[in-house]
Amino acid sequence: MNTASMKTEQLETPDRYEIRFSGSGGQGLITAAVVFAEAAGVYDGHQVCQTQSYGPEARGGKSKAEVVISSQPIDYPKAIELDMLLAMNQAACDAYFFDLKSNGLLVVDSDLVEQHPTSRIISIPFTAIAKEEIGRELVANMVALGAIGYLSGQVNLDNLEKALLARVPKGTEKMNSKALGRGIEEAAKIDLDLLPRSAMSDEDDEV
Amino acid sequence: MSEQNKKPLLLQGNEAIVHGALVAGCRFFAGYPITPASEIAEMLSVELPAVGGTFIQMEDEIAGMGAIVGASLAGTKAMTATSGPGFSLIQENLGYACVAEVPCVIVNVMRGGPSTGLPTSPAQGDVQMARWGTHGDHPIVVLAVSTVMDSFTITVKAFNIAEKYRVPVIILSDEVVAHTREAVQLPDAKEVKVLNRIRPSVPPDWYKPYEGDARGVSPMASFGDGYRHHVTGLIHDEMGYPTQNPQEVEKFHKRLSRKITHGFSEIQMTNSYYMDDAELFVIAYGSVARSALRAVQDARKNGVKVGLLQLITLFPFPRRTITPLLKQCKAVLVPEMNSGQISREVQRVNQGRCTVVKHNRIDGKFITSWELYHRINKMIPPA
Amino acid sequence: MTIPAQALRHEYLRHNKTFPHVWCPGCGNGIVMGALLRAIKRLDVSKDEMVLASGIGCSGRMPTYLDFNTLHTTHGRALTFATGVKLANPALNVVAIMGDGDATAIGGNHFIHAARRNLNLTAIIINNSIYGMTGGQYSPTTPFGSQSTTSVYGHIEHAFSISELAVTAGASFVARATVYHADLLDKLLEKAMLKRGFAVVEVISNCHVQYGKRNKLGNAVDMIKSYKDQAITVAKAKKMTPEEREGKITIGILEDRDMPISTEEYRKVQERAAKLKEKA
Repeated sequence: MNTASMKTEQLETPDRYEIRFSGSGGQGLITAAVVFAEAAGVYDGHQVCQTQSYGPEARGGKSKAEVVISSQPIDYPKAIELDMLLAMNQAACDAYFFDLKSNGLLVVDSDLVEQHPTSRIISIPFTAIAKEEIGRELVANMVALGAIGYLSGQVNLDNLEKALLARVPKGTEKMNSKALGRGIEEAAKIDLDLLPRSAMSDEDDEV
Repeated sequence: MSEQNKKPLLLQGNEAIVHGALVAGCRFFAGYPITPASEIAEMLSVELPAVGGTFIQMEDEIAGMGAIVGASLAGTKAMTATSGPGFSLIQENLGYACVAEVPCVIVNVMRGGPSTGLPTSPAQGDVQMARWGTHGDHPIVVLAVSTVMDSFTITVKAFNIAEKYRVPVIILSDEVVAHTREAVQLPDAKEVKVLNRIRPSVPPDWYKPYEGDARGVSPMASFGDGYRHHVTGLIHDEMGYPTQNPQEVEKFHKRLSRKITHGFSEIQMTNSYYMDDAELFVIAYGSVARSALRAVQDARKNGVKVGLLQLITLFPFPRRTITPLLKQCKAVLVPEMNSGQISREVQRVNQGRCTVVKHNRIDGKFITSWELYHRINKMIPPA
Repeated sequence: MTIPAQALRHEYLRHNKTFPHVWCPGCGNGIVMGALLRAIKRLDVSKDEMVLASGIGCSGRMPTYLDFNTLHTTHGRALTFATGVKLANPALNVVAIMGDGDATAIGGNHFIHAARRNLNLTAIIINNSIYGMTGGQYSPTTPFGSQSTTSVYGHIEHAFSISELAVTAGASFVARATVYHADLLDKLLEKAMLKRGFAVVEVISNCHVQYGKRNKLGNAVDMIKSYKDQAITVAKAKKMTPEEREGKITIGILEDRDMPISTEEYRKVQERAAKLKEKA
């Protein structure tokens, strides 16, 4: 019995937007990716696929989580070429930078990533903001999530907050929501048009 | 449940298996913690008691498998979930479920092996073990899931097949499917087709628990129903009593096989993509089928006439679906996260008709769509 | 109350099963089976509600002959299947019958955890100090220095005390008898089946064919008679030093305590879970 049969004439080119959240274990990157996927998938109604990989340790070690967003069912569940990379430490930035599309966006934590592989980079002090303004270093992931939500343009920001509040432990809603808001504010200050284009970009760049 | 089902849910594959099991009527789980399958046990420990079901964490997987057979004999739909090392341990009582024809579902979320292997890495190394892991000749039903939605629907089908044919059914998931989260719209429980085992309708004195009807399946009485009968792992006669009579032994084995062969059209499930004009095709299953689909679509865009046959049922091996495709195409690519466990089945069915190309990863890494894309391009015969 | 053997045979043996059974003449298993049936008869347990589970070995064949819901499982696993049956339908009266190798070697882990878990189950362990069916290999209860087909130079390991193991593992009720003390065995099995919680009855039995012969212990009658001489009551054993207890068999009730049983505790879990679900 064939449960499904797809004919050649039904072939389509799917649209995909791919984000990777990377850093070290304990930075809450998987949580950030899950909240993003929930906002885009459950609240916005897009197709989403969220995956992760990590070592056996609960804290420390490498950690990465990905979200693929599409208007059609997603076949390959992991990222193929990243549209956006969040790197919350230098090792992650070095390891994953080359997975970015030529015109993709690299977003890093200013204090944790000091060596920039490209000038096409957005650097925001997520951890410092979390520590100094919110009072908890733990919510740096949510500051970053706010920025990623804003810069990617892939998710309704109100829904991002709803998804966040539904996932966080009771009593921490205010803190998390403030962190998310601060991330959005910081990202809003950035003019993407002023970012240098990649030399590898396919886009015409008139001089 | 119905209220919840109106908006999509962001679920991991493992969680979708739990939703599928509950909708299918599973009311008993016994198992032992193991990565990457533990989420299934954790979630069922919360959900089962709330619907009057029972969860129990046993001392090992041997005990888990024994307990679900016991629960099923007492009339409850039952399942266990494990990964490679635990799958090794369940084999003993899995054989018992085969011989005593006890409906139950076993989920194996495959990780890198052998032995403790690679606990957090994906693999598909347990395919032939699912087929032949328990000793002795036996038919078995093995289904593979590749998406979160699959994890729901195939789990329901697994229970339905288990109940209808009185067989244990194995679901093979893998670390990628198990931990991938997708937004899924689960159907309302009322819309899901759920099958239950047939109960005896004859008076207890007439009941022959292992007689078999035309399909080879016998109605199944539960302990406590008044149909007192004997259940054993020994080869037995129609009444369930041990026998060494060669005619009875052969009849027993043939009936177990007949149950499955009669159900081929229903049990053997595949999905085909772009096979209508294909000259090459890919046979893939589990998470790798997703990589294969992306690769096939990309190759199609470059004008390569390639298709994909996704196997949902691995065993009984769907040869009736595959044979015509092997005649139609010049070459077939079989990508697997093992050193070639389904490709040998393909070669067996192929009998030299078509070029069978293996693509194997045994490094604990997921097979990517681009590596398959390049592999497909290399297979194009020179013009 | 004496119950005539014929009445037991008519009521409890399977009429559609071909006999003879697999047990050797003189085997203690028949005495245990008789005591179990008398206990069931006296307690008036309905045959439809009775589940008898067994493992592999000579003891494992007992359910085949009896007209209950019977479950002949894999080696050592009787308690795991019994756990599933009991949890799925707590109204059933579930008894597991096992041998010494069955329950304490291959099934040792299941045995101690069943005791710890304290389901309302009865476990009968027929301890004949040997693997009889497979040809007389040493078991976890074969005494130090004994002969078996796998210890022809004398056994160098020490034996388990099954009952003491059960007490330590947390069983609610633990008792021991021998096949000589059939009246006591009757009473202990009745008490065990009535007990709410995990109840263990260890029965010292004779395997004159595999164990007795190799260790020059005589025939079935000699072996069964020897239990009469070796047996001491729990009360008497308490007054003796460990050295004096050497070679003796302590019979009677070794433990009888009331603890929460997990089938009942699980009902509470179900209620709590259902309430929380309702709220959500």
